[in-house]
Amino acid sequence: MDLRHAGISLEDIRSGKKTAIAGALNLLENRKPDESGLAAELIEALTRIARPRRHVIGITGPPGAGKSTLISRLIREYRSMGHGVGIMAVDPSSRRSGGALLGDRARIEHDPGDAGIFIRSMAAGRHLGGLAWRTRHCLTLLEAAYDRILLETTGVGQSETEIEQVADSVVYVVQPGSGDSLQFMKAGIMEIPHILVVNKADLKNPALKAFHELQGVAGLSGPREDGWTPALIRVSALEGWGQDQLVSALEDHYRFLSAGDLEKRRRRHRIQWAYLLFLERFGSQGAERLGGEERIFKRLDGLDVSNPFSALHELAQDMART
Amino acid sequence: MEPPAKEQPWLMRTYSGYASARASNQLFRGNLAKGQTGLSIAFDLPTQTGYDSDHGLARGEVGKLGVPMRSLEDMETLFDQIPIERMNTSMTINAPAAWILALYLSAARRQGADLSQLRGTTQNDILKEYLSRGTYIFPPKASMRLAAEVIRYTFHRIPRWNPINICSYHLQESGADPVQELAFTLANAISVLDAVRDAGDIASADFPQVAGRFSFFLNSGIRFIEEMCKVRVFSRMWDRICRERYGVEDPALRRFRYGVQVNSLGLTERQPENNIARIIYEFLGVVLSRSARARSVQLPAWNEALGLPRPWDQQWSLRIQQILAHETDLLEYGDIFDGAPVIARKEKTLEEAAQAELDRVLEMGGAVEALENGYMKRSLVESNARRIREIETGRRVVVGVNRFTEGEPSPLTAGLQETFLTVDDAVENEQIEALRVFRSRRDGARAARALERLLEAVSAGENLMEASIGCAEAGVTTGEWADGLRSLFGEYRAPTGVSGVAGGGGASEEMRAVKRRVRQLSDLLGRNLKLLVGKPGLDGHSNGAEQVALKARDVGMEVVYEGIRLTPEQIAESALQEGVHVVGLSILSGSHLKLVPEVIRGLKERGLEKLPVLLGGVIPEDDIQKMPPDSIRRVFAPRDYNLNRIMSDIVDIVAAANSVTLP
Repeated sequence: MDLRHAGISLEDIRSGKKTAIAGALNLLENRKPDESGLAAELIEALTRIARPRRHVIGITGPPGAGKSTLISRLIREYRSMGHGVGIMAVDPSSRRSGGALLGDRARIEHDPGDAGIFIRSMAAGRHLGGLAWRTRHCLTLLEAAYDRILLETTGVGQSETEIEQVADSVVYVVQPGSGDSLQFMKAGIMEIPHILVVNKADLKNPALKAFHELQGVAGLSGPREDGWTPALIRVSALEGWGQDQLVSALEDHYRFLSAGDLEKRRRRHRIQWAYLLFLERFGSQGAERLGGEERIFKRLDGLDVSNPFSALHELAQDMART
Repeated sequence: MEPPAKEQPWLMRTYSGYASARASNQLFRGNLAKGQTGLSIAFDLPTQTGYDSDHGLARGEVGKLGVPMRSLEDMETLFDQIPIERMNTSMTINAPAAWILALYLSAARRQGADLSQLRGTTQNDILKEYLSRGTYIFPPKASMRLAAEVIRYTFHRIPRWNPINICSYHLQESGADPVQELAFTLANAISVLDAVRDAGDIASADFPQVAGRFSFFLNSGIRFIEEMCKVRVFSRMWDRICRERYGVEDPALRRFRYGVQVNSLGLTERQPENNIARIIYEFLGVVLSRSARARSVQLPAWNEALGLPRPWDQQWSLRIQQILAHETDLLEYGDIFDGAPVIARKEKTLEEAAQAELDRVLEMGGAVEALENGYMKRSLVESNARRIREIETGRRVVVGVNRFTEGEPSPLTAGLQETFLTVDDAVENEQIEALRVFRSRRDGARAARALERLLEAVSAGENLMEASIGCAEAGVTTGEWADGLRSLFGEYRAPTGVSGVAGGGGASEEMRAVKRRVRQLSDLLGRNLKLLVGKPGLDGHSNGAEQVALKARDVGMEVVYEGIRLTPEQIAESALQEGVHVVGLSILSGSHLKLVPEVIRGLKERGLEKLPVLLGGVIPEDDIQKMPPDSIRRVFAPRDYNLNRIMSDIVDIVAAANSVTLP
């Protein structure tokens, strides 16, 4: 079966038709083997029509930091700039039942009648690391339909690392007076976020305290290895200030990336993705057979990874040869 | 020997008001003639949430659960030939309490009443709206300001008014156990009193008088010994808070004054005549102990679980009270429990646990913080889940429902559907027309000026009561008043409370079976079974929706639940964007006939006509026939208390809709 027979129109996706986007997401999330060929085909097509000026922004931070409220403000800013916004909100799944309450949608203020906004909630499932198993698949779709893509995850340790592997820019949100900033420093992830936000900055003293604590953190005082100096911003989503600064910091980072490593970064993300697809298919035993993670990454680096599924195909042939 | 002196009985109220100011006025006059001693006014949901009858969100709700109150004209009609000065009027109004009081005062003034002599109560208790009842408008801090302003205004101008009636009633309806009821209610009272004190316009010498005006509205459940202990502990803890935190020296001003409506949550749809017994036992809990006796009591009607009660049903509940007060010897004695060791022990346990919980909330920064961070709501959802599990497993007995279920057919319910008091849909159109006429007749420029003045007062930080009375007299409408404030205060969505709730204690065999089937179906579908739980319209009673959402997660579904007050359009849009397999709607206000077809239309417009839709609520059989054919796959009623069975049905329905067969 091909895409057209499956009722999927790339043209409709590109023009932001919500029924088309929703239908394609349902397909991309599907784990039935007979659907996966179609999904691979769709992803290949989507990578060809990705929006050239797209910006994928990961927003993470501990529960209660106000990520959803912050996203509401970003939506408003981006919409007033004329950008379409696609949002993917990942919630943790219950360990016990595998079920999930997807509550972010309720907290993201938006006009449901606005044709330029699309919000999809996903459950992280049993996949460790804070992203859902199909997040990458689904992001590809939003990247073809919207200029700004916001990915929300709850920061519980590993997710910051994983969000770094899919987003162009990573925003880490803390709330004052919660010990979030200390947590952040202890977590050893200071190198990850490009922008740090002290949310709820209307809480005057605790907010200043958190601000100064973060300012003191190594990595914020000067440029990082990649040459980017992380931005530290105070936002009060409640009183409605600071979000414009956040937007301009994001635009700065995007310009910084575009002038330098953006394509390299995205290529690295796809190599990572191809490797995950390989693991999904062949497991860690398969990885051993091909000489381990490092060897596989090197191999992938020599391949065209614009479509991770064709890279996976190459690796599968390697497997057949061993 | 002289006959023993009898205590004055409590005030006997019935909660009423419906359709229109004119119809409610007639109902009130009838009740007053029957010997009712106070008025208790119910407002319709649009009024309670600050919308005029012609607002989109008001559709299907106008005059349904109470009287629509849009303007001074409505208030004058409501009190036509009823002398406001001689009434003791209780108004169940919260988010727009300042506004409704402004209308009441303006109407009283036009009757020539001396405002300083008015007696009555504005509920004006906003926190429980976010936790339970759902008729909030503005964010918590702005709401707290309005509540405090009503208190400060009435303190200076209407000294006999009860400006606030803090409710634990709704907390119990949302599942609160007695400890939570005590702790959260007192935390709430503290946060309001703090706000009044911090406003600084009441001299500290006068402050005890303010505390003395606080009254409470409690619930009383079927475990009536525990309930009686609860009210006694309430008295003691409130006394201590007033003395220690606010320096109230006069014991009379520290008295825990409270009214009661006994529990509706426990009233059953099956064998509804049993509810009369429940109502009586629940009633005993709040009147037996003289030292903690309720000041006023309203009893629900026996058939409330089935719909809106008729005057006769209400009369029956009133007679229960009259018989206890006037025929029995209850009122001839002092407190019959003081000094009873069993009672003292029970009270001690309750009080210690409640104090610990209260301390926890105060440590978080108080009730507003514990509300905003979701703590209180989560606790209530958890307790309610526990209660439902206990009924499911039979650990908690409900006669006629999970024990002693065999019974004779009831002659009382025969033909009840037809005789039920229903609100004619024509009422809504009439009310919208009346509002249009009112707006066209008033001096528009004057109304606009009054509104402008209101907004200035907001920005200047003034007490909004004067400006609101100005609006009332200038013909401003309820929706206009609320919209004006919305433009400055913003709106709010309260935490749904379901996200952080832990899965409930060990799974039963039945639940494990459902879980297995959910997993099997998810595998067959290729995606995890995804459910959207939607609450369209203004109805804020979200217990059912919350518990369904929670249970669905616990059996392995992915659940999208966005809380209350969604438009049909929003629900259809979420169903599309989220790619759900099934939509469950919960509607308890009776406006399903308007809302359901709109959701169905929204789904159809989005190409989702095949998506199965389920409905939960009190939905008469006839109404199901009136909905678009085949649009609703299943209707769940309150009698379907077994959530595992509901989940199992959802699995079957989704499987059938997707033409897959479970092994």
